[in-house]
Amino acid sequence: MAALAHEAHGHHDAHSHDHHEEGFVSKYIFSQDHKMIGKQFLMTAVFMGVVAMLLSILFRIQLAWPGESSDFLSMFLGETWAPGGVLKENMYLGLVTIHGTIMVFFLLTGGLSGTFSNMLIPLQLGARDMASGFLNMLSYWMFFLSSVIMLSSLFIETGPAMAGWTIYPPLSALPQAIEGSGLGMTLWLFSMTIFIASSLIGSLNYIVTVLNLRTKGMTMTRMPLTIWAFFVTAVLGVLSFPVLLSAALLLMMDRLAGTSFYLSDIIVNGEMLENHGGSPLLYQHLFWFLGHPEVYIVLLPALGLSSEIISTNSRKPIFGYRAMIGSILAIGFLSFIVWGHHMFVTGMNPFLGSVFVFTTLLIAIPSAVKVFNYITTLWRGSLVLTPAMLFAIGLVSTFITGGVTGIILADSALDIAIHDTYFVVAHFHVVMGMSAVFGMFAGVYHWFPKMYGKMMNTRLGYVHFWITIIGAYGVFFPMHFVGLAGAPRRYYDYSVYNEFDKPAADMMMDLNVIITIFAIVAALGQLVFLFNFFYSIFRGPKAVQNPWRSNTLEWTTPVEHIHGNWPGALPVVHRWPYDYSKPGAEEDFISQIVPLAEGEEEH
Amino acid sequence: MAGHATNQIDASSLWGGKVSPFSTSYGKLMMWFFLVSDALTFGGLLIAYGFTRHDAQISWPIGEETFNSLPFLGHGYPLIYVALMTFILIVSSVTMVLAVEAGHRMDRKGVTKWMIATIIGGFFFLGSQAWEWSHFIHGSEYGKVELADGSKATVSGHSFENFTVTKSGHDFKKGTYETEELLHDFHHAILAGKVKDNTFTTHGGAVVKLNSKVDEHFKLIIKEPGSKFSKVGKAIFGAEANKLYYEAINSGTKNRVTYGANLTSNEYGPAQYGQFFFFITGFHGFHVFSGVMINIIIFFGVLRGVYHKRGHYEMVEKTGLYWHFVDLVWVFVFTFFYLV
Repeated sequence: MAALAHEAHGHHDAHSHDHHEEGFVSKYIFSQDHKMIGKQFLMTAVFMGVVAMLLSILFRIQLAWPGESSDFLSMFLGETWAPGGVLKENMYLGLVTIHGTIMVFFLLTGGLSGTFSNMLIPLQLGARDMASGFLNMLSYWMFFLSSVIMLSSLFIETGPAMAGWTIYPPLSALPQAIEGSGLGMTLWLFSMTIFIASSLIGSLNYIVTVLNLRTKGMTMTRMPLTIWAFFVTAVLGVLSFPVLLSAALLLMMDRLAGTSFYLSDIIVNGEMLENHGGSPLLYQHLFWFLGHPEVYIVLLPALGLSSEIISTNSRKPIFGYRAMIGSILAIGFLSFIVWGHHMFVTGMNPFLGSVFVFTTLLIAIPSAVKVFNYITTLWRGSLVLTPAMLFAIGLVSTFITGGVTGIILADSALDIAIHDTYFVVAHFHVVMGMSAVFGMFAGVYHWFPKMYGKMMNTRLGYVHFWITIIGAYGVFFPMHFVGLAGAPRRYYDYSVYNEFDKPAADMMMDLNVIITIFAIVAALGQLVFLFNFFYSIFRGPKAVQNPWRSNTLEWTTPVEHIHGNWPGALPVVHRWPYDYSKPGAEEDFISQIVPLAEGEEEH
Repeated sequence: MAGHATNQIDASSLWGGKVSPFSTSYGKLMMWFFLVSDALTFGGLLIAYGFTRHDAQISWPIGEETFNSLPFLGHGYPLIYVALMTFILIVSSVTMVLAVEAGHRMDRKGVTKWMIATIIGGFFFLGSQAWEWSHFIHGSEYGKVELADGSKATVSGHSFENFTVTKSGHDFKKGTYETEELLHDFHHAILAGKVKDNTFTTHGGAVVKLNSKVDEHFKLIIKEPGSKFSKVGKAIFGAEANKLYYEAINSGTKNRVTYGANLTSNEYGPAQYGQFFFFITGFHGFHVFSGVMINIIIFFGVLRGVYHKRGHYEMVEKTGLYWHFVDLVWVFVFTFFYLV
């Protein structure tokens, strides 16, 4: 057995010394190197993110100025989907659906986990590469394929999926109900099935690498919190995505084979369908069993990245390292027993509902632990306000703001009033959208020198940060009030309803204009980032080996990427990663590879 | 986690980095986590089945009533065949264990032998499942009948004797027949509502009359309530059952009787029963099929001596893990569809 375990290491060791020149294809395209795969994930995710952001601007224009002709809309959607520059109702739903799908799955799941787990797990653990380079490559290319299929659905005659990112049946199951439930929905399901396979393969790799390939001395409790977060995220993915697969497969059967797992007694266009005996609630249970852990699959990596960044740039040890690990594990566990809070108004037994209220409120505890630990780490630290640090602090801010509205939504009694309104939309965009995106930006700014060997421009980073945080809060803060005024989500045009009372309706319309303007400003702000990102890759100043004076192992590797990460033997770890400003030490940071001095105690 | 092992010294060196804490290669660990994931896919499907069954408004079929046939021997052997195929599958797990064990001893002949046995077991199971599906799809001779009051009933007992061809066609000459082929045509005529006085016309133009007998064991069991028979589970015997049944098939209306199963309806119970049966056993069958294919690939690897040269038979062990998992899932699928 031990011999077998050793084989996995031996394979990589053998390659590290005789470094040979690779061809273009095996270096940049079908690469099996975790660093290149991480960058491939990042590039794909950035592209997908830009598309999804553009889609959101398109439908925000409709919401702010319903029925008014817009050149911007006709430019992107043409006469088919925006005749005379006015967005078609069905395409509005299509845009919302694909915006949500891309943001949740392709940017924040594939992009965030895919980029940083790949990049950092081997580097921060002292491994030559992922456990299986081949499967890692496969994972990326399946992600790429699913991205292409998802994007292609935007260009077909009947339009993309239009049933919302949660694709609830019966709408998603019946092409006669909405045109997007035809080929568009089929492509959506195929794309997501491939995505699930990609995510599974990736997660297996992350888990096994963390378990098996830690370097000597890297005990579980000496791992950086980033790794803990990626590890638990991967476990959540392995446990929750398969259930989405079952839900999607049954939906495919309902659509393609005439079964009625989710369908019962439906009348469409005056025609009574034959399907009888299925239950759309079954889909919701299966979906949200994935759907809720998915929120944490998105969020945990961002929290992990910011733990590392905040500690480094406060020049202080992270406050409550073990409490942080405990809260990551607790959040991971609890995320599996709260899915019912998405279904309070489906006619669920109120007693069961109150159980879900209880479990949901429990999540506030580990979340609060994390927030307080961030704040206490920042407290009286020697803050180095790099762009990464600003984004990490921004994450703490949005995590608190969004968390507070989460407590409101977790209460079934309150949720009845605000369920499916813009209050919910505002809540999850702040707590999971903004937080995760901020975490991702923080990660990109912080590890850019490691990825590309160049530095990003700090001033442009500041500009980007301030536009983004002001723009994003400008979008989502007023959105809470749109929701409280009673605006349901996914409506195409709020101006045509007489049911709202006049002042509320006026407020909604005015706020919608403000929100859209902020959204456009925030979107333009991202151009600053894109410029900075691509310009720095080619023209940025060369990075030094350890630009942030950080303790973790990735900063002990050479700036130039080499296959196998370390030129000589693998580093040996002697201490935890948070020895910043340790009393009695010469420098304010001590790398993990520095042995304990005589008489020195480990943290 | 294993960090809390009893022996502290052991635990700290196991988890201290550089070695695998479970003393297992990454490939085997990956297989384990993959199986956990796959188990959740099946878990999701079986829970969906339970949810739907719990929700069903009409009675759910009972395993030993639906599955009571043996090849060549006909009806009256509840669950015997599925017990046999389950047994074969479990035996194939045993042979897989023996192959793995032979691999540990670097006994290439032993691995070859037991891999062949495992592959044969897998094919037997797949074949059995195909037979089981075919039986499920074709259904019983009598089907599920919709009675005059709108209630629906299943049939047990025996009432058809044979067929008399009263006018020859291309396919059948005058005479008395007991063929499956005529029964098949008869079913089609019933579905089309083209049976009058137990008489129908075949595609070849032959006019055929069914000869029936009144059997006191002939029994209708109400599965869905109607205006007259409103109690589900009520049984109607003998002459009355015969009268109601022939009234229905001679009514001249389409689809009064449902035979077997397809993805939209079945004679056994709610539509979802058949749909889940096809989907879950099909999904499992797909896993078995993949397992057999992987076993075959590995088997050729064994034949070519790939693993022998490598110095260990871990690939056999990994496919073995998958194979055992597929067996284990079958035990759950079997329990859900046949036993409860």
